[in-house]
This record gives sequence, C-alpha cells and structure tokens, in this order.
Amino acid sequence: MKKIEAIIQPFKVEPVKEALHGISVEGMTVTEVKGFGRQKGIREVYRGMEYQVDLLPKVKIEIVAPDDKVQVIVDTILKSARTGRIGDGKIFVYPVEEVIRIRTGETGHAAI
Amino acid sequence: MNPADTAFVLFSAALVMLMTPGLALFYGGLVRSKNVLGTIMQNFFLLGVMGIQWALVGYSLAFGPDIGGLIGSLQYLGLNGVGSEPIEAYAKTIPHAAFMIFQAMFAIITPALITGAWAERLKFSAFLVFILLWGTLVYDPMAHWVWGDGGWLKGLGALDFAGGTVVHVNAGIAALAAALVIGKRAGYGKEAIIPHNLPMTVLGAGLLWFGWFGFNAGSALAADGLATAAFIATHLATCAAVLAWCGAEWLIRGKPTTLGAASGAVAGLVAVTPAAGFVGPMSAVLIGAGAGIICYLAVLAKPKLGYDDSLDVVGVHGFGGVWGALATGLFASRAVNPAGADGLFFGNPAQLGIQALAVLVTLVYSFVLSGILLKLIDAVLGLRVSPEEELAGLDLTEHSESGYSL
Repeated sequence: MKKIEAIIQPFKVEPVKEALHGISVEGMTVTEVKGFGRQKGIREVYRGMEYQVDLLPKVKIEIVAPDDKVQVIVDTILKSARTGRIGDGKIFVYPVEEVIRIRTGETGHAAI
Repeated sequence: MNPADTAFVLFSAALVMLMTPGLALFYGGLVRSKNVLGTIMQNFFLLGVMGIQWALVGYSLAFGPDIGGLIGSLQYLGLNGVGSEPIEAYAKTIPHAAFMIFQAMFAIITPALITGAWAERLKFSAFLVFILLWGTLVYDPMAHWVWGDGGWLKGLGALDFAGGTVVHVNAGIAALAAALVIGKRAGYGKEAIIPHNLPMTVLGAGLLWFGWFGFNAGSALAADGLATAAFIATHLATCAAVLAWCGAEWLIRGKPTTLGAASGAVAGLVAVTPAAGFVGPMSAVLIGAGAGIICYLAVLAKPKLGYDDSLDVVGVHGFGGVWGALATGLFASRAVNPAGADGLFFGNPAQLGIQALAVLVTLVYSFVLSGILLKLIDAVLGLRVSPEEELAGLDLTEHSESGYSL
C-alpha cells in the first residue's frame, strides 16, 4: 500500500477530484496548506508599502491506495492538475505500513 | 426648547457613539490576527472609561464656567446642574444635558484615534492610565480653549466646527509622540506586517462615514440649514477624498486599492471636520480632494521618516486635521454661516493666520504633554509588552482570548 500526496494549485481541486472519481478512487483527504517552490511570491501593496508574500496557498490531497493502483492515480493527478506553469505543484509517494478502518476494525487492503 | 433640534442632537450623539466601535473594526482589520482583540478592546473599552470620566469631571473641565480662558471650573462635577434647561452659551434650543452627552462622544473617540499609533505592542494597563490622564489633561483643556465659553482660542476667532484641532490634530500629534516614545514593533521594516482582515476595515470605514454625519452635522446643534450644509460638506469632501487618494494611488503605484479607498474616505472626513459648517459644497470638494492627496503622500513618506506609527494616525489625522484647519481659513464663508467668518478666498486673509495659530498651539501642547505623560507612565508601569508577549500577540497575553477559533 502506498500514500500518494499531491500538492496542487487550489483552483485545480475540483478537476482533480472529478478525474479521480472517474477512476473509482474511493476516498481522499484534502488540506489547505501554504508553501513555495520555484514559484516566487507575490507582491501586495498596503498604504503604499509593498510586501513580498512568499507563502502561497496550495491544496494537499492525500490518497492511500494498493500498489497496483498507484501509477494510474499518479497519472490521473498529473493530467488533471497540470497547467504547464511554475507553481503546478508536486506529487510524493510514500510506503504505508498499515491501514485500519475505525468502524469495523478491518485492516490492510480491505480497509482502503 | 425645540423638539426637532433635541431629537436631532440626541440622534447625532448616537451616531458619533457608533464611530468608536466603527474605529475599532477599522483598526482591527489592519493589524495581524493575533492582535485583533487587543486592538478592538482598547477602542471598545474606551467607551466605558471616557464615558464615566466625562460625566465625573471631563464635561466640567471642558465646558464648565471659564477660569482664565484656560479651563472650566468643577461646577458640573458629576453632571451637577446639567439638566433639561438649555445652556445659552452653547445651544439655546436643546437641553443642556443633550449638549453634554453629544460632546461626550467626542471625548471618547478622540483618544481612541491615538490607539492606532501603538498598535500591537502597548500594555493594556499602561493604555488605561495614559488614556485617563490624556483625556483629562490634554483633551479637556483643548476642548475648552476652542469650544468653551471664554476659551482663549475661541476668543481669538479660531474656527473649528466639529473638531479639526481639538480632535484630529490633537490625536494626530499625540500619536507621533507615542510612536517616538514607544518605539517600533519587532520586525518592523524587515518582516511583512500586513492587514489581516481588510473587509473588516472597510466595514469600519463605512460605519465611520455614517457616524460622521452626526459628528459634523450634529455640531450645528440644531436641525436646520446649517446642519444640512455641514452634512453635505461632509459627504462631498469624503467622496472627493476617495477619488483623490485612489487616483493618486493609480498614478503612483499603478492600481487603486480597497484600503486606499477606505483610507481616503477617512482622510476626507478628517479634513472637512473643522470646515463642515463654514464652507460651501464646492469648497468641500476641494478640501476633500486635497486631503486625499496630502494624506496619501504623508503615508508614502512615513517609511522614510523612520517611526512606526502603525496605523497612520499621523498621516491621516495629523496631516488631514492640519490641512482641514488651514483650509477652513481659506474657504470659510459668512454666506454659509453668518456666525463664522470669511476665509482668505473670501477676502479675509487674517483668518488663515488665526487657524495656523490654533494648529500650532495644538501641535505643541499635545505633543509635549503626551510625550511627558508617556515617559512618566513608562518609568512607573512600563509601556511595552515584553518581546515574547509581542510575539505571542496581545489577544492572548493581555486578554487570554483568541480572535478566531476557526
């Protein structure tokens, strides 16, 4: 089992969600985050003074999936989240040791 | 006694009262979220503190029987003798008490203006002591000099319809003293310290604009043509100031901003305050436009001047008030208010000199006394919170509260 963590542009949340529904992804966790990579911050102006705002809003989507679904999920996210401009984000894949469903106590693949 | 005048003045008093919570929201939105309650609390609590101070001693010191042109006696201590009979010297057609309660709201909001200068770093206890002393030793005498029956600046012919010198120049220069004595916020000039909730600030500006009709038109103390003229002058000056500030922004910085529109409005309101009942509508437009540009430039210049007047009290109330007081000396016309005077543009250059004198007196008195009071309180109580407290935010350290538990 793997965890797929995708940091994407906030305006890409709906397209990514819809695309993942299309490949029967059962669930995900979505968090609002701030961050930066190569995308420089933005300049804001208040009462004539300019400020560099470096932490930009992004969205983090986390999905836990069986190994054989990881590639199709990653490809789907890549296609739906990409704009081609700096700031599109990144995807990280981590190994998952255990998954447990709280309601029933099921573990492993049955709990995903 | 005239029922319409009485109703109008009472309603105006309520309008001015609303300006203090409005100011709280205006300032609150401009600070960081960890200090939103600390900022709002200072303004809101002032309603309580200065309300009682006014009833106990403030009104008497400001408007009581004159002593030497400098201060009122304590005859009205605890509002003794301030009843429903009109007081001839101030307002012939409304109860004395209506005049008193209208003025109370001015005594409350003037110190509230200063809070912008020391935002995000002043101890609440030091704030309380300063505000009580300042209200009693700076505001009350100044109100007496300019508005009191027998006040010496009034006797010299200084025109101040609703508080250009008494309120705005006074608070503005006190704010400079405060910024200099208290010092800059940690990280000022290096970190980005930006407003956390501009919608709240704009809401505050809207409430201020609304309440200011009571501030200026109400100062006519009658529901008549003069109040109407003051109402219109107030509105038009503000409209012009919004356009002027945003126009200047658009030219200089490339985009008009919401904060600029809100700040422009306040600048216009400040500038027209001394002039409202003395100038015609087109003069008001020019006064407002001047305020929009002058105050915007003052705010732009602040970083180069080196002091941390956090919410631009000096730039908006100081510069705006001085411009307004002097502009009154330019644009005042007996045609608008026979009880006033003519200004330079209406054939009487001497008025400008009298206005300048009143401004100078206010600047010196308020700056020096505010500075002394602050230094004293710093020695006894300490003014600033500790560096750790400043980092954690005043909401937590001064009030054990959190503004947003989202």
